[in-house]
Amino acid sequence: MRPALLALHVATALALPPLLLGVVNRTKALFAGRRGAPLLQPWLDLWRLWRKGTVFSPTTTWIFRAAPVVAVATALCAALFVPLAGQTPPLSFAGDLVFVAYLFALGRFFTIAAALDTGSAFEGMGGAREATFSALAEPALFLGLLVLVRRSGSLSLAAMLGPGLAASWTAAGASLLAVLVSLVVVLLAESSRIPFDDPNTHLELTMIHEVMVLDHSGPTLGMALYGAAVKMFVLGALVVRLALPFSLGGPWADWAVFLAGLLALAVLVGVVESVMARLRLTQVPNLLVAACLLSFFGLLLLARTP
Amino acid sequence: MNEALVLGGTALAALSGVPGLFLDRRAPTPHGERAATALLAAAAALGVAGAAGALLATAPSSGLALPWSVPGGVLAVRVDAVAAMFLLQIFVVAALGAVYGLEYWALRDHPDDGRKLRLFYGLMTAGMALLVVARNTVLFLGGWEIMALAAFFTVTTEDRDPAVRQVGFVYLVATRLGTLCLLAFFALLHHATGGFGFVGPPGGAAASPGLATALFVLGVAGFGLKAGLMPLHVWLPGAHSAAPSHVSALMSGVLIKMGIYGLVRLGALFADPPLWWGGTLLALGAASGVLGVAFAIGQHDLKRLLAYHSVENIGIIVMGLGLALLGRSLGRADLVALGLAGALLHTWNHGLFKSLLFLGAGAVVHATHTREIDHLGGLARAMPRTAALFLVGAVAICGLPPLNGFVSELCVYLGLFRAVTMPGGGLAWLGAGLAAPALALIGALAVACFVKVVGAVFLGTPRTAHAAGAHEPGARMLVPMAVLAALCALIGVAPALVAPIVARAVDAWAAFALTPAAATAVAPSAAGGVAAPLADVVPFGWISVASAALIAFLAAGGWALRARLRTAPTAVAPTWDCGYAAPTPRMQYTSSSFAQMLVGLFGWALRPQTHTPHLAGLFPHKAHFQSHVPDAVLDRAALPAAARAARALGWFRWMQHGSIHAYLVYVLVTLLVLLLWRGALA
Repeated sequence: MRPALLALHVATALALPPLLLGVVNRTKALFAGRRGAPLLQPWLDLWRLWRKGTVFSPTTTWIFRAAPVVAVATALCAALFVPLAGQTPPLSFAGDLVFVAYLFALGRFFTIAAALDTGSAFEGMGGAREATFSALAEPALFLGLLVLVRRSGSLSLAAMLGPGLAASWTAAGASLLAVLVSLVVVLLAESSRIPFDDPNTHLELTMIHEVMVLDHSGPTLGMALYGAAVKMFVLGALVVRLALPFSLGGPWADWAVFLAGLLALAVLVGVVESVMARLRLTQVPNLLVAACLLSFFGLLLLARTP
Repeated sequence: MNEALVLGGTALAALSGVPGLFLDRRAPTPHGERAATALLAAAAALGVAGAAGALLATAPSSGLALPWSVPGGVLAVRVDAVAAMFLLQIFVVAALGAVYGLEYWALRDHPDDGRKLRLFYGLMTAGMALLVVARNTVLFLGGWEIMALAAFFTVTTEDRDPAVRQVGFVYLVATRLGTLCLLAFFALLHHATGGFGFVGPPGGAAASPGLATALFVLGVAGFGLKAGLMPLHVWLPGAHSAAPSHVSALMSGVLIKMGIYGLVRLGALFADPPLWWGGTLLALGAASGVLGVAFAIGQHDLKRLLAYHSVENIGIIVMGLGLALLGRSLGRADLVALGLAGALLHTWNHGLFKSLLFLGAGAVVHATHTREIDHLGGLARAMPRTAALFLVGAVAICGLPPLNGFVSELCVYLGLFRAVTMPGGGLAWLGAGLAAPALALIGALAVACFVKVVGAVFLGTPRTAHAAGAHEPGARMLVPMAVLAALCALIGVAPALVAPIVARAVDAWAAFALTPAAATAVAPSAAGGVAAPLADVVPFGWISVASAALIAFLAAGGWALRARLRTAPTAVAPTWDCGYAAPTPRMQYTSSSFAQMLVGLFGWALRPQTHTPHLAGLFPHKAHFQSHVPDAVLDRAALPAAARAARALGWFRWMQHGSIHAYLVYVLVTLLVLLLWRGALA
């Protein structure tokens, strides 16, 4: 059964991320009273982009071409370390949570560098915002993971989000709730969704992720978008597992619960985007600092529990 | 045997600049600089052989001890695993820097100061090697002073420039203050141990809690000043940016680590340090790390920016050291191993990637004659090799996989996480719980800072004619950088290769306080001096597996895109700038604008200074906007305090009139008074 589950893990990590975007978009369409594009539309878009030609600016260097590759490679590599449905992931070691977080940082490094490579003021602006906001999201992520580290007494994601998680909810529910909320905020910030960034905006001045990949076209744009989708999927998998820690007894049933949870998360993101406006850029740091503090309260609450 | 090799290397390094003094500096073939480099390379070969011999030896060496006529001084040297780690770093970086200097500071281009630079470069290297192997406090201080004073003369290589003289003066004051603290420290240590042995048997400090605290505070102040620990870093940004780049590389990569070396030895003196020592170091390290990188983000002088990153990385190292002390206080062998391994390995790693970055910055300065980041841009086209090597250093210093910075930061993270899982409440786990997110913040800010540097210096289009006229440096500058980059990649991908060395050093450190002589330490504890086996607590093999997985994904993705682009129709068109068809280099985002949001967020500490023009009327005149982040500690604390002290101590000036014979009289009178006092006591 184990090889089949591992194959399912890899297949899900490869295939599902664009589908989640399809669900988000469909939710937004329904909220707006439209029928919306098919759920497979993001995959069709990626396929279309892959077959198209590209345009490169004469200012760019090899870093511009390498950045989308790094974005996809780091996100897919991270997906190998994150437990899906509470199952042990293909790779796992003590401290892999740091590796996963730093993989995302590596992808971010190259994405911003590619934005600066174009020499455009707008893309530099987007890069500066990405660097600033993710610097504030990083402590929130680590504080949240620290709560799980202390609860589980373990340093690998597989054990932190493993079978013991359900018992943690009964023993330290308030802490985990604070972490859950904080991680949802981190998820929205890191995957550039409302209220941090509007993926549908048409004004370069206000964008973050979209403006950084403004000069990418064809296959490189497709890779950048796919990498962003996988990153959202990986963070989403953490959130879903934290929110639905129980086990129904068998791995296949757990997988069903997990996939339903991911679907619900995508719907939630769509709902948030439909009912909320984007925050003013000056207020984004406040929200991220609030997420840090929330996670820290979660950690403080653990002082009393053994 | 190993000691003799190291001492031979030290002597060769000290003499490396001497032949050049007697050779024609304007000769068409520069024999002087070649002799200096050859001697330093030979010195490095001897030193590396000695250090490697000590690391491979099965039994610990008993060292060398020769009589010395200086009171209290014995020529006692011993190379243990900790010393060997520092020795390797000193000799490797010094030799690579000397090769780099052949082209960067060629005697032909700098006939006035090229010989002086080489003389003091060699002396600085020798001083560091001597202090690391010294087992006698007088000998240690001798090495320390040779290093500190030689560093002053290398920093002020271009002493025609008043700005360089000024930063040299700040450095000199700082290093004198540090030595003053160390003199008091060693006097108290002599009081506690009754001997002049610095480390190694007979060691261990038997001290009352008050004396132990005084030793700790003085040691942290004296060694912290040299290491550049915030807020004692005031001399560092100026000195690192004013010195020639290969000197900056040696200073930032190695010299400030001598302060770390002192702190490591200080930590080993006590078998059971109080909990607050480790806590203080952890807090100082975290503050140094966060504020160091925050100040770095605000800089627009390339070398100054790199200098602030040294403050940051020293912070990470001191966090590891604090963790090791906490582990010792709590009797947690795993925390000792992880904290110390993280500190020592990060000392190496920082030595590699920071030297690489300074050499890369030197190549940029050499090619463009400016250090101003906002005047550069687009250099990756003119100097692709330098850009690629600098990129390796930038990714490594951010602690990103698959390079070496990740390995040492992971050790510190693992230690902090383990501290968080300690059962029960208490301040220790909460402190660790705050330090881990601080380390995460440091990492994320470092990414922001270095992507800014890489982007503003090497990517985009040239902003000025200086940048447009850049050229790739020659092999003598590129090869040392390539060697450093290769070492960064090697340690990152296969950390298991260096793990045994680090493990030996950790064991040597941890075992020290358990030597019989230390049984009288503050309050001996059974578990205090033991470190867990390093391979049990750090997954070195898994780091390689994870790095290999990442590299495989990168290779597959790169191959796929390459294959696709080969057949896809590719067009070239100007950058999309919202429909504006003629973007100019001046429209690019500058490093200052990139940093503006983060500088604003940290404005409470950085105190940025901006000059905003007042625009009025329908057709305002041409106006300038400028902003910069000066060193808040130097400008707002250190300089005012120095000025106040100068006023308060003004009446001492009658003694200070610069005539040597009067100073000799002071020395004589002091000696006589001390002799009489001694006689009266007897």
